Amino acid sequence: MAKVKLNVNGVDHDVEVADDQPLLWVLRDELKLVGTKFGCGMAQCGACTVHLNGSPIRSCITPATAVAGQKITTIEGLAQGGALTAVQKAWIEHDVAQCGYCQSGQIMSATALLRQNPNPSDAEIDAYMQGNICRCGTYLRIRAAIKSAAKALAGSAS
Amino acid sequence: MNAQIQQIPQNEYYPDVLLDALAKDAPQPGAAVLAGPVSRRGFLKASAVAGGGLVVGFSLLGGSEEARAGAPGGFGAPAPLRPDAYVKIGTDGKVTIYSKNPEIGQGIKTALPQVIAEELDVKWADVIVEQAPINAALYPSQFAGGSMSVPIAYQSMRQAGAAARQMLIAAAAQEWGVPASEITTSEGVVTHAASRRSMSYGQLATKAAAMPVPAANELKFKDPKDYKIVGQRITGVDNLKLVTGQPLFGVDVQLPGMKVAVYEKCPAFGGKVASANLDEIRRLPGVVDAFILEGDGNPASLMPGVAIVADNTWAAFSARKKLKVTWDESTASKDSWTAFSAQAKEAAKAPGAQELRKSGDVESALASAARKVEAFYTFGFVSHQPLEPQNTTAWYKKDPAGDKLEIWAPVQIPDGARTSAARVVGVAAENAVLHQTRVGGGFGRRLMNEYTVEAAAISKQAGGIPVKLMWTREDDMTHDFYRVGGFHNFRAGLDANGKLVAWDGHVISFSDGFATPVTVGGGGGGGRGPAGPRAVQGGGWPSATEFPAEYTPNYRLTQTLYPLKVPCGPYRAPGSNTAAFVVQCFLHEVAVASGRRHDEFLIDVFSQKQAAPAAGPGGFGGGMGGGLLPERAIATIKEVVKRSNYGNPPPGRHHGLSFHFSHQGHFAEVAEVSVDAQKQIKVHKVWVVGDIGSPIINPSAAENQVQGSVVDAVSSLSQEINIENGRVKEQNFDTYKLARMPVTPEVDVYFMPTNYNPTGVGEPAYPPAVPAILNAVYAATGHRIRTLPVTREGYSVV
Repeated sequence: MAKVKLNVNGVDHDVEVADDQPLLWVLRDELKLVGTKFGCGMAQCGACTVHLNGSPIRSCITPATAVAGQKITTIEGLAQGGALTAVQKAWIEHDVAQCGYCQSGQIMSATALLRQNPNPSDAEIDAYMQGNICRCGTYLRIRAAIKSAAKALAGSAS
Repeated sequence: MNAQIQQIPQNEYYPDVLLDALAKDAPQPGAAVLAGPVSRRGFLKASAVAGGGLVVGFSLLGGSEEARAGAPGGFGAPAPLRPDAYVKIGTDGKVTIYSKNPEIGQGIKTALPQVIAEELDVKWADVIVEQAPINAALYPSQFAGGSMSVPIAYQSMRQAGAAARQMLIAAAAQEWGVPASEITTSEGVVTHAASRRSMSYGQLATKAAAMPVPAANELKFKDPKDYKIVGQRITGVDNLKLVTGQPLFGVDVQLPGMKVAVYEKCPAFGGKVASANLDEIRRLPGVVDAFILEGDGNPASLMPGVAIVADNTWAAFSARKKLKVTWDESTASKDSWTAFSAQAKEAAKAPGAQELRKSGDVESALASAARKVEAFYTFGFVSHQPLEPQNTTAWYKKDPAGDKLEIWAPVQIPDGARTSAARVVGVAAENAVLHQTRVGGGFGRRLMNEYTVEAAAISKQAGGIPVKLMWTREDDMTHDFYRVGGFHNFRAGLDANGKLVAWDGHVISFSDGFATPVTVGGGGGGGRGPAGPRAVQGGGWPSATEFPAEYTPNYRLTQTLYPLKVPCGPYRAPGSNTAAFVVQCFLHEVAVASGRRHDEFLIDVFSQKQAAPAAGPGGFGGGMGGGLLPERAIATIKEVVKRSNYGNPPPGRHHGLSFHFSHQGHFAEVAEVSVDAQKQIKVHKVWVVGDIGSPIINPSAAENQVQGSVVDAVSSLSQEINIENGRVKEQNFDTYKLARMPVTPEVDVYFMPTNYNPTGVGEPAYPPAVPAILNAVYAATGHRIRTLPVTREGYSVV
């Protein structure tokens, strides 16, 4: 067991974790932030995607001890002061979700994509998002929502 | 068998688990209509607490018998009309609508309330939707499966909304002393134009609650041209919670003092625990307890295994890695797909011994046919793999007055899960409560409830503490109720004019080899037909009237079943998902042999309907629809040909066509593909034309289902569960491939504007997509793929 300080969504938490305990299970079981989902446990499906210092990581294979003190953002931390991000808004407008289980991971990946590439092509979206599985097959809407969010972000920046 | 069930059109297949769920809705003779675990008083009281203010519900208690008898709850069942179970209007004007069925991604939590809100005549922005409690006495047919929610509930949702609206009008009429006929409503306001008076629904709620519930024949419905909510692309009611990561799903349940459990079963189906290193496991950090459950030997209930209960998920997962179990495999499955495949090839050389249907004289017709076509098709096992792993939180509570069970679960048949779990742990059904959570994908997997039973049994054995049972992905992949693999041999004959004159099909599938057959609530096998062995759940043939049985003058269908000890169950469009593949690909082979265009040939076959089936039921109002109608089939085929410009693809691309009827949906689809020299298949676009009646309650959700069905079909091209020595090889998504974004084709969706009753769309768009793609691959390559997955024939999907 190890004592670590985790900075999640701007808040410091002191938690005691097993040395190999993935961040996912600290978020879900200890911090009760259940928006980050368990899908496969081996970084295949992307349901557990969170941001580490702004970049997407798979929290199901990342030991919490390895990210102590660094900036972790989860789906619960995207909206600031109750204001949804452009990506979250686009997800609602495009009615992307079917079952919705994968969507927090999809949104975390999409958010990171747009930070890195504000105007991605279809091929760039496909390449970036292929680590996230949607069993319901909402990919067309995910793609459309990302483009729509990109447009909204470009509009607000100009 | 219940009378109402016999009304299901013969040319349609529904899993027995759903027929059983429906049978439970039939009122028992002499039973009090309103009796149940939650009384009306209790319900209203609960509403008041939930609403946090003064709220008034509508009541049917003053309603007439006619109102009850005339309100079809689906299948003509005289379910009681209970507006108060669906609508709650507070004196503050707040409108709460209860959505009765499990939300599994099909959008029902939004769609059913849209229908109520439309007839109630309120603003959608003023509506709060809540998941209804699980209560068979209040909510008929409370399940998600068979694409049945809309066809069963559409009419009763309209009635609930219209009845509530008319009670508000009656209250205003009394208040103002004017005839009800002079009163109008609009968006939550009641108006008497002549006297320029109006009141809000909230102001009238208390008075309206005392009004009699109108009889069904007194209900007035809106003209569809005036719809403001039905037919609109209203976004899902849980979207905000989803995009902000709020708790909704079964895995998200947290209870004070809750422990987390894992459960290990024998990798070979049906194996038992001989021994396990329980003492060592109990000493591991965070482990609360570890024990063996003997189970009842029923894969749909409780199979033997080892449970580990721990303080948290990771402690449970970590302890499991150290678990060493010695399995007794003396009665376990030894099944092998390789062995079955060899057997089936031999069996296909002659018709099967069991005859499912026969008309005309197939052998003579084949002997005299101008052209003959013969082909052997194979499809492997597949697994559902909803992204939320199976889980249930259960709390067995010891109580001197009778032990109790409380459950939180993502399930498709909640009352089945509740009663199954209660039975296995010995709790009286009336002492068991189930809270329905949002479901992270269904696809038929969660029509089975064994994970709920497991959680209840573990909670009891652990001494009555709340326990969340967490399956891993590997559990989900190696202990599914698989879509059964199988084989189909065909022979067909054409006359000199290229008309289909003979069809001989031989289904080679499986029967249930478990000592206790895989059942939920007493259901049995798959395809219903003449006496004899029955195929496993979700296997076999959809029905004896499956297309083209009624469209071929000389037709024979036979089957051969091998005993199988691999649990199988309904998978999205059960029966149809494989029938469409084999029939629609083989029919294309026959069309090619006829030298005619595929669309013309298909329409020609639909134009030669033979004598009506003996038990042909036709449609019934507000019910499930009228079965496969050739005119609807032909219209969808013509429409998809037009929309896709079928037969004239851009250079380098190729078209394939297919049609399939299932779940009352008529669907014609065209796929546009290209195939490169490395046998890489690229699906560029799929046009889908569906006739699911009207209105399309929510076009956004309906189109989403169709788009997802096409992606599911692209997944199906590459997926296979390999079974050898009674166990599954694939363990996780690294070897069992789900479609990812780059393989997603463009999808064009069009719903025919017909006037048939609206039916469901979770399933029927899926079956025709695979054969449309494979027919296009034939057009591209001249090679006929007769095996799923296509990787077995050297192809891949890019």
